[in-house]
Amino acid sequence: MANTSFATGWKWRQASVIPGFGLSLGYTLSYLVLIILIPLAGLVWHTASLGLPELASLATDSRTLNALRISFGTAMAAAFVNAVFGVIVAWVLVRYDFPGRRFVDAAVDLPFALPTAVAGIALTTLYAPKGWIGAWLTPLGIKIAYTPLGIVIALIFIGLPFVVRTVQPVMEEIDRQVEEAAATLGANRFQTIFRVLLPGLFPAILTGFALAFARGVGEYGSVIFIAGNIPYVSEIAPLLIVIRLEEFNYPAAMAVATIMLVISFIMLFIINLIQAWSRKRYGYA
Amino acid sequence: MPVADTERSSPMEVTVSGISKQFDRYPALKDVSLKINSGELIALLGPSGSGKTTLLRLIAGLEQPNGGQILFGDEDASQKTVQERNVGFVFQHYALFKHMTVAENIAFGLKVRPAESRPPKAEIRKRVSDLLDMVHLPGLEKRYPNQLSGGQRQRVALARAVAIEPKVLLLDEPFGALDAKVRKELRRWLREFHDRTGHTTVFVTHDQEEALELADRVVVMSQGRIEQVGSADDVYDRPNSPFVFSFIGESSHLPVRIENGAVLFQGQPIGISEPGPDGEGMLFFRPQDVVEVNDGPRLTGKVTASRRLAGARIAELDISDEGAAHHVEIGVPLETRVEIGGELGFRPVHWKIFRNT
Repeated sequence: MANTSFATGWKWRQASVIPGFGLSLGYTLSYLVLIILIPLAGLVWHTASLGLPELASLATDSRTLNALRISFGTAMAAAFVNAVFGVIVAWVLVRYDFPGRRFVDAAVDLPFALPTAVAGIALTTLYAPKGWIGAWLTPLGIKIAYTPLGIVIALIFIGLPFVVRTVQPVMEEIDRQVEEAAATLGANRFQTIFRVLLPGLFPAILTGFALAFARGVGEYGSVIFIAGNIPYVSEIAPLLIVIRLEEFNYPAAMAVATIMLVISFIMLFIINLIQAWSRKRYGYA
Repeated sequence: MPVADTERSSPMEVTVSGISKQFDRYPALKDVSLKINSGELIALLGPSGSGKTTLLRLIAGLEQPNGGQILFGDEDASQKTVQERNVGFVFQHYALFKHMTVAENIAFGLKVRPAESRPPKAEIRKRVSDLLDMVHLPGLEKRYPNQLSGGQRQRVALARAVAIEPKVLLLDEPFGALDAKVRKELRRWLREFHDRTGHTTVFVTHDQEEALELADRVVVMSQGRIEQVGSADDVYDRPNSPFVFSFIGESSHLPVRIENGAVLFQGQPIGISEPGPDGEGMLFFRPQDVVEVNDGPRLTGKVTASRRLAGARIAELDISDEGAAHHVEIGVPLETRVEIGGELGFRPVHWKIFRNT
């Protein structure tokens, strides 16, 4: 509320009632190095030993390119769908009280807990041409299982909780008087939602989107069941890595992995920048 | 300051008749009627839970009444939505849109209008800068709400509410979240703003000083009912109920009996008279409305404490007899030395007796 602090420039540390800044920062850095940086550095190191020409030829292999396009494309599409519908789910959970609300609230987390292979098999059964849902769609000429559309469905399932769980707490903080203020100023519901509520939620939605997207890019277990894994059509990059490994073609596997790493890092970094900018602008910093 | 034509609104009369409102079977307002004159600055004053905020929100259309009617002029507003009522509402915690600049906040109500009634962009910009001048915040267009102080935010909120040229201006504890000094400043400033723009203005407060100083008329509320409506002088000098007497200003009260026009406390005459039939009642008086009396019929009590207020000295007395202790406070001359434990005799010079019914 009384958020009148201004940016005072970067400070090495600020006085705090809880001591241990040095200890906790040291721990954080060693932990990150051990868990994240060393494995990734190893990957990049080995890939670098391939030499640039070979890496370039492996990277521009059309099967690799297609796999990357499918992975990032479907993850992006699924994250978009989740950003829209996840916000609606969060809204319903935050704003309305209805019988079974706690049950629905708990159900949102199921994709976190369920083994992804189980999700993949369940979704495949549903969306296969003879499945409960697939049987209805086949006459309409819509094929979901064994196409990129199936991958998107699986990634939507996997990514939903990320959006809901990041948006929900921020939504709970919304002051209802802000909506009432908009109404007294003559704004209809549509204007209140799109001009007042959503801009305030934007940083949270973006975080949820980034998490769902990142999860989607790396997802393997559920996708391989529903995708059909047809090279050039519905084969995802993580699967291609596994295939290359099984062929003992380590350089190719490393090349695909490194490219995924670089693209993911750049995209998440950009999303982070947008977040920092919007948080600062909207005064959540 | 000269008054530009565009600054003055065409004020609107508001009539509340027989409004009642229930929250989950708990009644918040019981058959409340009130006429608010056009251009008037009126305060809804009462303790928390008295229904004052509910009444304000009903006028705005933020709540729907269970019964009764609200008229804006001759028009029935009861069936209109909040958006259609065209009221300016200022919230205690400002409720500014924090992702919008000050200018965008103020312009919001104009920008959301349908294309045919929306002013052109240049005019909106002009209106915003005029309003910022009016609330004494010129040049702050590009700031975000979190870069402003509380008092500044509330003035932006007021500019935003006024920007839509509302029929009525409603303020819900507008200064409640501000510190005492800023409160006082803004209080004066709001009065001046009101006199300049002439909106029919209703504000809610639990601060009686604020209500008495600021408002043309004060509506004292308690437990979902209006106790009294009147000027500051009316409610302070002529309170019409025990509640108003004890809620507004300092006061003490004692149970008394009236016999043959004389007022008796515990069977003894206390030197004041009251016309009307014999019976029981409650005597109310203010600390400064007493004189010290040392003999003859009077009230006497034992001094338990004495304290100095800015321009007065207050003695706290215990008047006890037959087991029942009554605590009263009386004003004594500054030069008087009051001894704790000593006896003090006094007699009210202005008082009011509310008969027991």
